[in-house]
Amino acid sequence: MVITGTSKGIGRHLAESYAGEGYLVEGCSRRKADFQLPGYTHHELDVANERQVKAMISNVSRRHGRIDVLINNAAVASMNHVLLTPADASNRMLEVNVTGTMMFCRDAAKVMIRRRYGRIVNFTTIVAPIALAGEAVYAASKAAVVTFTRILAHEVGQWGITCNSFGATPIMTDMIRSVPQDKIDAVVKGLAIKRLGSLADCKNVCDFFINPKSDNITGQVVYLGGIT
Amino acid sequence: MQKEVALDVVLSCLRNAMEQFGNGQEGAVGTDTVIVGQSAVLDSIGLVSLIVDIEQRLEADHGIAVTLASEKAMSQRSSPFRTCGVLAEHVCSIIAEEQTA
Ligand SMILES: NC(=O)c1ccc[n+]([C@@H]2O[C@H](COP(=O)([O-])OP(=O)(O)OC[C@H]3O[C@@H](n4cnc5c(N)ncnc54)[C@H](OP(=O)(O)O)[C@@H]3O)[C@@H](O)[C@H]2O)c1
Repeated sequence: MVITGTSKGIGRHLAESYAGEGYLVEGCSRRKADFQLPGYTHHELDVANERQVKAMISNVSRRHGRIDVLINNAAVASMNHVLLTPADASNRMLEVNVTGTMMFCRDAAKVMIRRRYGRIVNFTTIVAPIALAGEAVYAASKAAVVTFTRILAHEVGQWGITCNSFGATPIMTDMIRSVPQDKIDAVVKGLAIKRLGSLADCKNVCDFFINPKSDNITGQVVYLGGIT
Repeated sequence: MQKEVALDVVLSCLRNAMEQFGNGQEGAVGTDTVIVGQSAVLDSIGLVSLIVDIEQRLEADHGIAVTLASEKAMSQRSSPFRTCGVLAEHVCSIIAEEQTA
């Protein structure tokens, strides 16, 4: 199983949980992981660097001969009013969140094709469907992930590969620590289930998507908290 | 990589792809077999499958990791995937480029 963005936050929780369940987890992030676990291997790379992405997938494929699951969790967010957003920040979000996700899907799917089996889960967010002010480019990049995933599902379905998107509600990780509390409270108030998301919520949805029995579940997006 | 070796890989992968995606015209494949365009022996999905299979085979059997559908390849006026012979030459030149990079 390959998971991106495993040094902290949701990705780290998924890596620790799945390694604990016996999966061989290959994780990555720009920084070193400050944890070690049986069954877990860390790769230091930037998901937006094509050469590094290829090298990691090729390394995993050489060592294990297969990839059953890919979870594209790594992302960057820069919360800003559009009028105050530099092009560099916008390009970086698109490069990491969209192109990074695309490259992992492309290279992992090439390995999945061999065994005619694969489960891909790409992370999006509820801020896209709720059109949250202050997060225009980040939300746009995650909306792109949903469309990309729906089309990818059609392109690789014939090889037994399913592709779905998962959109979390706010979860207290470093990504949203700088977002003002009143803004988070307002988002939570608009949810059907009025609470923050949890790491366990994320794992629960991933469990469903990556289950071998979910072979007819593809091109879907599941949001937490009642958002559609 | 020598052109004959690349051609062997291309032909063997093409036979596999034709079994799965061909239009029924089995039979001999060779240097001049057309892979893209009119009178091609594969449809578009068959072509994707062939390219991925060749990349995987080069990596598994020869330890060479390359991407055949590079930006440069896709923007060439005449497709580097036209025929088996042209594709084998393309494989050799991509490997040479990769090794000097
Ligand atoms: N937290 C929320 O409220 C929330 C809500 C909805 C959706 N999400 C989504 O959930 C996912 C995880 O978010 P999180 O809250 O866990 O974020 P986080 O705590 O900021 O963690 C992000 C992870 O991604 C890695 N990463 C970032 N850029 C990278 C790059 N260019 N190359 C490689 N790794 C990179 C980071 O490691 P390095 O810094 O070491 O590279 C880190 O391990 C994201 O896709 C996010 O959009 C989060």
